[in-house]
Amino acid sequence: MGKLLELVIAASLVNNFVFTRYLGLCIFFGVSKKMDTAVGMSVTFISVMVISSSLSWVAYHFVMAPYHLEFLKILVFIVIIAAFVQAADTMMRKVAPALYYKLGIYLALITTNCIILAVPLINADSGYSFIDSIVFGFGSGLGFALALVIMASIREKLEVADVPKPFRGLPIAFVLTGLIALAFIGFSGLITL
Amino acid sequence: MAAISEKAKGQQRLIVSVSPHIRSEVTVSKIMWTVSASLLPALVMGVYFFGPKALGIVALCVVSSVVFEHLIGKAIGKPGTISDGSAFLTGLLLGMNLPASLWSINPFMLHVPILGSLFAIVITKLLFGGLGYNIFNPALMGRAFLLVSWPRAMTTWLAPTATFVGLDAKTTATPLGILKEEGVGKLMEIFGTKGNLYLHLLIGDRAGSIGEVSVLALLIGGLFLLYKKYITWHIPISFLATVGVVVWIFGGKDPATGHLVLFTGDPVMHLLSGGLMLGAFFMATDYVTGPQLRSAQVIFGIGCGLITCLIRLLGGFPEGVMFAILLMNCFAPLIDRAVKSKPFGFREVKA
Repeated sequence: MGKLLELVIAASLVNNFVFTRYLGLCIFFGVSKKMDTAVGMSVTFISVMVISSSLSWVAYHFVMAPYHLEFLKILVFIVIIAAFVQAADTMMRKVAPALYYKLGIYLALITTNCIILAVPLINADSGYSFIDSIVFGFGSGLGFALALVIMASIREKLEVADVPKPFRGLPIAFVLTGLIALAFIGFSGLITL
Repeated sequence: MAAISEKAKGQQRLIVSVSPHIRSEVTVSKIMWTVSASLLPALVMGVYFFGPKALGIVALCVVSSVVFEHLIGKAIGKPGTISDGSAFLTGLLLGMNLPASLWSINPFMLHVPILGSLFAIVITKLLFGGLGYNIFNPALMGRAFLLVSWPRAMTTWLAPTATFVGLDAKTTATPLGILKEEGVGKLMEIFGTKGNLYLHLLIGDRAGSIGEVSVLALLIGGLFLLYKKYITWHIPISFLATVGVVVWIFGGKDPATGHLVLFTGDPVMHLLSGGLMLGAFFMATDYVTGPQLRSAQVIFGIGCGLITCLIRLLGGFPEGVMFAILLMNCFAPLIDRAVKSKPFGFREVKA
């Protein structure tokens, strides 16, 4: 239990994907303009993250490892995630249209996210067990959600700020991300896995 | 315009203007200069213990901050913001957060405080639209930037000498650094008794940043600000209380085995050491970068305290006040949003 909690904290705060590894920035800047979209994205992201890390764990340990196909893992994981997200997209449109209109657009974006691919790869390389993989996926998703929600709350505040013209919009968001990353350095050394 | 006011002379005219009509005596520049003045006792103590080098560092930071504010402010079309005193205060706080050892010619280190001022004033404040719009405390951001860029120089602490002649000052570790690296036993070895340790920490006779060492002087300044009602108790007290309680519960270790023993921590030592007093009274209470609502301020203070303890007790750095305040600066808009009360009868409109 203690180890799993450490895994969540390490994945979400200490090694936050956005602020310490600078991954997943396209979605991060894309949907952090408004709080509503940020929250919708966060919910979708965490659930996709958990499911895709468990699916890829099964594929890796029951198909790829026995046949020594580890070198194919990037390719296989991309296909698994894309197929799963596409299937979820289609099913959601039929089964829960209301939910689809709320979260559907984020699903399409998630397929191309680098964190979604990074987590199964890290899981495979670190030799995490099935439970560890799911918890690591959950922690990473939580970290991304945290980054998104913080960023959205600050960017909504910045809407009224008198930012110099060349820096309005995306440039100041990049500067802001750098500053938050500087603050997140405070968590370094907290947990070493 | 001139013609109208000439005509208006001699007859009563009603002036129509937008609110506010009743203005308080308190202005931005008055607050800034008062806060600067309340930092004076701590600065005097720092200079007393670390000598003229300390004064040099602070002066360098203040001058470079004001110069950057003027030059870059002019370049982005916001001239004339020097007189509000915010650049002066940022420079003063940044200087007081640096070690006096930075004042060295060989190796040349004088560019470090200047770059810190540049980062604080230009990147943290002016790029975001100037005073009132900055997300992070500029002085702390400047220091964080320097700490990760020059980690060795930023953690070389002069021993307090209280003499103005010593050219080759000895360097030593801060009490929190000793606690982190060598444990509480070493600390007792140096200071003898706990009472002696507390006395040294209270007066400021210890290694550390220029402005953080003297708790007594900082308390005088902080209480003055509380008395003048420029700050409220919410952030400092919740910050300090959280650190005290968490350290008391989780700060104790069995000296033999090094295992955690609950409820044996030393809250007094942690409250008096590091930059806690400076941070709690002068930097976490920044109006711009903290939350506005009172209940949000209490949450902000508790968050600062928790992160400080987390970093001090478990993290990679001996001191966590700076990172704690910066991290909570990120969360401030979110906290404000969360505790905002709904208008009476407000109902969410279903789409």
